[in-house]
Amino acid sequence: MTISEVQDNIIEEFSLFGDWMDKYNLLIDLGKELSTIDPKYKVKDFLIEGCQSKVWLHPDFDGKLITFTADSDAIITRGIVALLIKVLSNRTPEEILNSDLYFIDKIGLRQNLSPTRSNGLLSMVRQMKLYAMAWDAIKK
Amino acid sequence: MRDIAEIRADFPILSRKVYDKPLVYFDNGATTQKPQCVLDTVDEVYKSYNGNIHRGVHFLSEMSSEAYEKAREKVKAFINADKREEIVFTSGTTGSINGIAFSFGERYIKPGDEIILSWLEHHANIVPWQMMCERKGAILRIIPINDNGEIILRDYYKLLSSKTRLVSVTQASNALGTVLPIKEIIDAAHAVNVPVLIDGAQGIQHGIVEMKTLDCDFYVFSGHKIYGPAGIGVLYGKEKWLSELAPFQGGGDMVDKVTFEKTTYNELPFKFEAGTMNYPAAIGLANALDYVLSIGRENIALREQELLSYATERLSGIKGVKIYGRSDNKISTISFLIKGIHQYDTGMILDKMGIAVRTGTHCAQPVMDRYDIDGTVRASMCFYNTRQEIDTLAAGIEKVITMFA
Repeated sequence: MTISEVQDNIIEEFSLFGDWMDKYNLLIDLGKELSTIDPKYKVKDFLIEGCQSKVWLHPDFDGKLITFTADSDAIITRGIVALLIKVLSNRTPEEILNSDLYFIDKIGLRQNLSPTRSNGLLSMVRQMKLYAMAWDAIKK
Repeated sequence: MRDIAEIRADFPILSRKVYDKPLVYFDNGATTQKPQCVLDTVDEVYKSYNGNIHRGVHFLSEMSSEAYEKAREKVKAFINADKREEIVFTSGTTGSINGIAFSFGERYIKPGDEIILSWLEHHANIVPWQMMCERKGAILRIIPINDNGEIILRDYYKLLSSKTRLVSVTQASNALGTVLPIKEIIDAAHAVNVPVLIDGAQGIQHGIVEMKTLDCDFYVFSGHKIYGPAGIGVLYGKEKWLSELAPFQGGGDMVDKVTFEKTTYNELPFKFEAGTMNYPAAIGLANALDYVLSIGRENIALREQELLSYATERLSGIKGVKIYGRSDNKISTISFLIKGIHQYDTGMILDKMGIAVRTGTHCAQPVMDRYDIDGTVRASMCFYNTRQEIDTLAAGIEKVITMFA
């Protein structure tokens, strides 16, 4: 599936719920399901600045694809991270760099998260793209 | 006290809905809502007599200057200060403390001097002093707290020394709600000739505060936390200090005579009010103080204590809820955590139920460090809140527990 197709699936899944509480229940479920990060990566080097709850993001690159694992101390944040991983993990650096993450606005995540949290979300995306940029540069 | 439904009707925002649910506003520690009369007052300034204060000879300027100076008189009376010269308008508590930290530091502080703060301070009463200490080579001394979140007075007495130049403490902790024994703090400092600044940001709105009985040297607070507009604050300083201190900002209106060689300053309180002040907000604040007086400060204190004890009882009754700050003497603020659930998760779900609380460190990271936590959920109530709203919060917490179980 392309990045757009994954995003469209997420948008469709969220559109099934009219009520915000149900959307958050979905985020909580996603958060609970997120596979855990190796504890050795839960250190300051992988902590993302700009999030009010803690988020650790670890990238791996096999020469072709970037895989992300992540964790957070807040479950809703874990849910959001899980969505980002669905969309951006197992992609080439080029795919990640060229991605337009419209699903964040479409499912209303941006306006329904507090500005600080929303900034945290943007910090996560920025960090993922920075890793992609770095590996893209190394590859070339 | 007037009927609660009637009082709530004074605050237009309280009847709004968020996410289709009635708003339960429990973030009064961050900012309070405004009664219609305050909104009307500010509106009236801009609609009917807006003109820059202390500048023009024209009708509008005269009228707004007069209203602004009346607001100063109102503040003076409200805190029972001696003189209008002792009331300086600022942008808020933060602006007031930064100003005093700068001017006091420049005038009196030498390397090795000490400033005493408490462990319960908001960052606004820590960072300005730290900046001053860095400039002047002075040192901060911190009064520790016990597990209940109360300062340990005997440790404070031990900190007071011949090196102490100033004590700056909060009247009440914004993070835990603890009310500090400020009278004891002030008297002990005065016994060794040390001046005291009281941060009244969480104190002024909860009861009667009188400069004449308190006898502190500086008292600061924000308008927006006492039902007034944002962007206005008060710096009260005893005349003897304010006349000795140099201004912390230069600009228009604070001067007497300006030449390129030398500037002489205007008289008190104007020498501390550089540039165009937020006069519409000051005039709005005066109206807010009138409103508070019309409700009655004793009534407010009594009602808020009832709400505090009911909320404490309700929240303590929920399994897994831990309240931080267990002093017998608190403002109507409850800080808590639910076992195993992150404060942001709690806050986010409560928000979706229409309940506004604050989550995080509340700009008081040392307090969180003291308890070895990342933050709390804070419900800060005031007189317009109700027992039903507390029930809604309790039900909300129960729901959060089910959702994250």
